[in-house]
Amino acid sequence: MIEGISIYEILTLTSILFFIGVYGFLTRKNLITMLLSIELILNASAINFVVINTYLYPENLQGVYFSVFMVAIAAAETALAVAIIINLYKLITSVEVKDTEIMKY
Amino acid sequence: MDFSYTALIPLIPLAVFLLLGMNYTRIKPAVSGWIGSLGLLVTLLLSYYTAYQYFFVVGKVGEVYQTFTEHWRWMTFTDTLYIDMGVMIDQISVMMLVVVSTISFMVHLYSRGYMKGDGGYTKFFAFLSLFTFSMMGLVLAVNLFQIYIFWELVGVSSFLLIGYYYTKPSAVSAAKKAFIVTRFADLGFLIGILIIGYYGGSFDFVTLVDPEGSAIANWASTSFMGLSVITWGLILIFMGGAGKSAMFPLHIWLPDAMEGPTPVSALIHAATMVVAGVYLVARLFPMYYFVESGYALNLVAWVGAFSALFAAVIALTQNDIKRVLAYSTMSQIGYMMLALGVSGYEGHDGLGYMSSMFHLFTHAMFKGLLFLAAGSIIHAVHSNYLKDMGSLRKYMPVTHITFLIAALSISGFPGFAGFFSKDEILVAAYEHNPFIYLIGLLVAGMTAFYMFRIYFGIFWGEDRKYEHTPHESPVSMTFPLVFLAAMSILTGYIPFSSLVTADHMPFEAHLNYPLAGLAVGVGLIGIGLAYLLYKKPSDLPERVSKGFGNLYTWAYHKFYFDELYLFITKEIIFKRISAPFAWFDRNVVDGTMNLIGNSTVAGSKGIRKLQSGRLQDYAFAFIAGAVILAMLFIYNWII
Repeated sequence: MIEGISIYEILTLTSILFFIGVYGFLTRKNLITMLLSIELILNASAINFVVINTYLYPENLQGVYFSVFMVAIAAAETALAVAIIINLYKLITSVEVKDTEIMKY
Repeated sequence: MDFSYTALIPLIPLAVFLLLGMNYTRIKPAVSGWIGSLGLLVTLLLSYYTAYQYFFVVGKVGEVYQTFTEHWRWMTFTDTLYIDMGVMIDQISVMMLVVVSTISFMVHLYSRGYMKGDGGYTKFFAFLSLFTFSMMGLVLAVNLFQIYIFWELVGVSSFLLIGYYYTKPSAVSAAKKAFIVTRFADLGFLIGILIIGYYGGSFDFVTLVDPEGSAIANWASTSFMGLSVITWGLILIFMGGAGKSAMFPLHIWLPDAMEGPTPVSALIHAATMVVAGVYLVARLFPMYYFVESGYALNLVAWVGAFSALFAAVIALTQNDIKRVLAYSTMSQIGYMMLALGVSGYEGHDGLGYMSSMFHLFTHAMFKGLLFLAAGSIIHAVHSNYLKDMGSLRKYMPVTHITFLIAALSISGFPGFAGFFSKDEILVAAYEHNPFIYLIGLLVAGMTAFYMFRIYFGIFWGEDRKYEHTPHESPVSMTFPLVFLAAMSILTGYIPFSSLVTADHMPFEAHLNYPLAGLAVGVGLIGIGLAYLLYKKPSDLPERVSKGFGNLYTWAYHKFYFDELYLFITKEIIFKRISAPFAWFDRNVVDGTMNLIGNSTVAGSKGIRKLQSGRLQDYAFAFIAGAVILAMLFIYNWII
């Protein structure tokens, strides 16, 4: 509970953050920035977990724990994604999305 | 008496076939020849033992020869309609056991010399054993289905052996021709079996041929196009028999079948397989005789008589000695069919039936001998054609004498086996129908003429210079010749009328001296003409053949039957019937299928543009879908 700030304001903020991430994911042309956008999406949902836990069920802590899990999984996922991007770079010397269409059909 | 051991008679050659066939690269030729011959020797001894047991020990109860059967149930349709495998021991099957095992054993012995050095020696013996197995199974069959199965098996063995020299295109096409023509005839056989099985109520020979049984007693119950259905069934079965026995319209495969090795011609296309048709008619003889007062039997007689005459005319003109023998075989089988056709059933009326079986027996001996002797000659001069032969009596004394004995026997010279059997046939024909008798007499004269034509052409005639001096064949080949030559004389003295009869009861048959004398006279005229024309080289034969004009040309070209059949199949069936069907298949049936396939391909070409390969397109589709679903959810359930 933060004095003077209602749950609606925080949820509005996280929604904005989430859609910024989605927008970035759909429009960026570079794999690295796409990865950053995914982090934004994840962060938005992690904040949602914490906020809903704190405002609606203050006696429980599951939402907080979940956000800790999400941070850990996001780190692992980022490590994997970076590894894939590095290998892709070795293969085609590019991290542009438009250069990765070789696997279509 | 338990005759179930006779099942071994076909099974031993089968075992030999499997042994040789599965190991044919591993077994040495010398060994495989011995294995094949020894297997056959066991079969031969068993057959002879069976014959002795049947004819002299247990076969006859009172005055009637019994029929023994052993059944093993194979397929059941209804309580009365079922298929057994088994063995049937009666007069004709025991007689055929003796014929098949004797000739087959002699051919095995002979082949050890004749096929020496051939690349496929072991394979050859394996096929011979397969054939012997099939033929024995056919002979011992207890019902129509079993006989049909083995009927096809002998067809397959015949196909394999005709096409034995499979690198020679003519042998391959001859094998195909034999198989296709006999298969076509067997279509009729199969339909006949189904008709008899359905309307006669049984496939079993014992039930079918019982003169008081339901199949014969109720023949008039159903009719079709003016004839009893049973008669139709019998005619169709005879069609199968005519195909295998090379009777008139279906004879075209037999001369070409001479492309096979000569021992095969002796075994299959002279002595055993080609008489299967005669055996089949004899097997069902009471049905042929009693149903519709012998309507189908009359057909058998006329087809046989016509084939005998037709083949004899062609045989007069051929120059390939094996083809002469092939047409002679066809002619003699026509004789047997004719004899069956004119036969009655009881006692002395059954003379035709008896003489047919008698002739089958003696013919197997002397025609087998003629082919083996021809093989010996071909082995020596490396040619099938009369023009490459002459004066061989100096080089091949044993072959010469044995060939002469066989030729005298087939010409019906008194004292030889062919004389006795042919005389009985002519007597039976005379008593039944004088016209058929005249045909038989004419054929007897022609037979004597063409046999002695090739005899003089081979062993006398011009004195030729041979590249390699011909020499007598080895003992392995001459022993069968000598043995069969002895048989060609001795078998005539077997009192057949007390052993093999239509109604299973012995009767007395006597020589009919006037008729026998007439037949011998005609035969002697034939021999004499051949002597005049061919004993010394001259241009007389050519002038005589010119005198016959077109008839000679037609006979020389086998009355253009091959060409006629080719015309019918190619011009009429292929062009007028098959070609429209093929067009329909290619354009309508295939077209529909292609349309379906092509539209799928075209559709997928359009759709696959969606798979752009760009990650963000997929993500957009996913997110758009999620948003739409979320909005639907909100719209429906929350607001």
